[in-house]
Amino acid sequence: MMFESLSLLTLQQYWWLIISLLGALLVFLMFVQGGQTLIFQLGKTETEKKILVNSLGRKWEFTFTTLVTFGGAFFASFPLFYSTSFGGAYWVWIAILFCFIIQAISYEFRSKPNNFLGQKTYEIFLFINGALGTILIGAAVSTFFTGSQFSIHKENLAELANPVISQWQGPAHGLEAILNWHNIALGLAVFFLARILGTLYFMNTIDEKTILGRAKKQLLVNTVPFLVFFLGYVIALILTKGFAVDPASGTVSMEDYKYLHNLLAMPVVLILFLAGVVLVLWGIILPLWKFEKSASKGIWFAGIGTILTVFSLFLLAGFNNTAYYPSTFDLQSSLTIMNSSSSHYTLTAMSYVSLLVPFVLAYIWYAWRSINRKKIDAAEMETEEHTY
Amino acid sequence: MILNIDPGIVDWSRAQFALTAIYHWLFVPLTLGLSFLVAIMETIYVKTGDPEWKRITKFWMTLFGINFAIGIATGIILEFEFGTNWSNYSWFVGDIFGAPLAIEAIMAFFLESTFIAVMFFGWNKVSKKFHLASSWLTAIGANLSALWILVANAWMQYPVGMKFNPETARNEMQNFWDVLFSPVAVYKFLHTISSGYVTAAIFILGISAWFLLKKRETGMARKSILVAAIFGLIMSLFLAFTGDGSGYTIAQYQPMKLAAMEGLYKGQKANGLVLFGIPQPGKKAGDGKNNFVLKVEIPGLLSLMGYRNVDAFVPGIEDILYGGYKPEFQNVPPAEKEIAFSVSEKIVRGKLALTAFGDFKKAQKAGDEIAAVKADSTMKANFAYFGYGYLQSPEEAVPNVVLTFYSFRTMLILGFYFILLFIIVLYFHSKNQLQDKRWLLWIMLWTIPLVYLAGQAGWIVAEIGRQPWVIQDLLPTRAAVSMIETTSVQITFWLFAVLFTALLIAELMIMTRQIKLGPKDGGTK
Repeated sequence: MMFESLSLLTLQQYWWLIISLLGALLVFLMFVQGGQTLIFQLGKTETEKKILVNSLGRKWEFTFTTLVTFGGAFFASFPLFYSTSFGGAYWVWIAILFCFIIQAISYEFRSKPNNFLGQKTYEIFLFINGALGTILIGAAVSTFFTGSQFSIHKENLAELANPVISQWQGPAHGLEAILNWHNIALGLAVFFLARILGTLYFMNTIDEKTILGRAKKQLLVNTVPFLVFFLGYVIALILTKGFAVDPASGTVSMEDYKYLHNLLAMPVVLILFLAGVVLVLWGIILPLWKFEKSASKGIWFAGIGTILTVFSLFLLAGFNNTAYYPSTFDLQSSLTIMNSSSSHYTLTAMSYVSLLVPFVLAYIWYAWRSINRKKIDAAEMETEEHTY
Repeated sequence: MILNIDPGIVDWSRAQFALTAIYHWLFVPLTLGLSFLVAIMETIYVKTGDPEWKRITKFWMTLFGINFAIGIATGIILEFEFGTNWSNYSWFVGDIFGAPLAIEAIMAFFLESTFIAVMFFGWNKVSKKFHLASSWLTAIGANLSALWILVANAWMQYPVGMKFNPETARNEMQNFWDVLFSPVAVYKFLHTISSGYVTAAIFILGISAWFLLKKRETGMARKSILVAAIFGLIMSLFLAFTGDGSGYTIAQYQPMKLAAMEGLYKGQKANGLVLFGIPQPGKKAGDGKNNFVLKVEIPGLLSLMGYRNVDAFVPGIEDILYGGYKPEFQNVPPAEKEIAFSVSEKIVRGKLALTAFGDFKKAQKAGDEIAAVKADSTMKANFAYFGYGYLQSPEEAVPNVVLTFYSFRTMLILGFYFILLFIIVLYFHSKNQLQDKRWLLWIMLWTIPLVYLAGQAGWIVAEIGRQPWVIQDLLPTRAAVSMIETTSVQITFWLFAVLFTALLIAELMIMTRQIKLGPKDGGTK
């Protein structure tokens, strides 16, 4: 008997932590997407491209599965977000889904004979998934801070002619999100970060000098725009108004410097955030500085740094009495972890399920180690029977 | 400002969901069954050490991999379409429905995706035993994911273990185990996965028959046929058994679906089961026309199968519409234990519940405690009919009878045909005459499309047959949709249709080429 005795609020916070962690893991695992956008730049010959695709091809399913888990966990723990955002910002989510359908088959189909669309098409599919997928997911997550236009009226359920509770209040159905420069900035920051992580991942798993030389150059090239967009976004975030919730009444109001206040009110989050940023930078600097010795270690620093940074950004959006999915159309329709969650019973049941996660991570780790003991090189592409 | 819902949005949302589900179900059954068959073949390899079995395992595994990827691609769309197209649904029952989806991802998808990598890349990297374990874990993962999504589907057909909370305007879970172990969930899971096993068995049978016809790889083909036919025979018998169980639960919890499956308008005691029949075109409830142009019936069988009692009264569509009969099962709301209500009466009560819910919300806003309590009790008293309040006419409660009727017959007849086929194949295989019976080999090959047809027909019975409900009696499809422009969904419908079709063509082209290439010799090393 452990989760039953927790208060509803504690369970809601526990689940926001899990959602944040899944979101953070997802962004880290998007090194697959970033890597996919580099296939043409890093691979000039067929063999080089094959090495790159196969190195990503052994990991893509984890990113994909994490995305599905992120969606499923969000549905189970905060269903009002699921119904409001997916059903409202229709076009953004559908565009993201398209990016992922075309990814799911591309690895398996790419090099198979008689594959209908041709190898090049599947490589372009991978590029689209990597570029559009990261930018759109980044932009969608940015609306956690910038808000969207929707209304929620639970009493609508009694309206026979239109019983829909959550209604989007703009004709663009989510496309308006990409007209906001804040959202685009975060989208591009995620895109360039994914490319950075992609190059670092290649440095960790591939043993081919020509590819690694190009990867080193790409690391530098992508770091500059990443820093511009990321720092620009964070500075704007600290200076902007945020969506504050009065814990007693649930009333939502605008508060100056809300996210700065959140950082100061939650020093642990501030420390996680700063540590995350430093680790990402260290993960980038290390291979540039001591390439021969440390290139393969960069992904670990940058990866852990990414997880900490994204994790703390999610906490910034949802904790300390903040509306994590604000409505700029009707402030009082904004979603908070309190008003959008599942019931005490369901959160309790799901909390028991969450105890499986360490076990899942353990077997993933074990299985990965058992098949990735050696780096990928051209020779392996010749001898391995199953390649993409 | 509240705009009325465009009826077109409901139809197009349904069309888009159906499209995705139909495509998804083209790939998933093979994954469910082939994963186990591959694991069985690999087990034989590990036990006997015969490299020929390794070669066979790898051949079927390649086809498994091609099919697997596209199942994932369509699966993610289904998960997210609950939100994008059925937003009201997602809130109304998200407290119950979200959990199995999340559990599916945590418990099953990671298992599947982790060990499938070992299956494909681990041959020369991990020990034989670890590789074998990975193949089994992949199969278990795939089937576990089926468990959770089917539990979720079963709950829509027979909502249990929850309570409506007017405060939050949604149903809230009260008992997880009631949801997981509901009889509908148990039978739906077993029936569906065993249909996947039969699909895979027939897939192997058909392709192996092709090799025998071409006189290529005859050793591999004969070995594969033996494994698939034994597995298939056992599973097709189990499929019939679980199908019977499913019918029993439908009689109890979805009598209208049962009536539609049988094209039964006026029920009677000792009702027969229609073996073959042609339903009257254009027949409507209450128009007095004969419901069949012709039919062949086995007397008493429907009563026996649905009610475990040859003399039981099976209500037809008109009985359910107009009420007035005594329900055999006592799982109905208390007021109906003696005499079933008409749908009109249920609509009246449903509207009472809906209005009371609205009054409850208003009273709460106004701070009027007494009115809120009163409204709440009216709502509770009529909640069993909540969804009927949204219906515009009693006839709306009747699903598409002709489609449900034919789909059910298609599934049923094919199901028994598969049993027969497995027996015949095993007979000739044991006599060592299979390669000489070319007619049988051709039949085996051409049974592949039939097994897919049977699977699709089964889902049509399950999903068309339960219309208009998305949650049985509580929420009709029309009240479950997202509020988006119909044109948006029309556009995405066609985008999905084109994309899925292109991917299906690619899959079929790759698959047939891989089959023609045959097993690689790498396995014999």
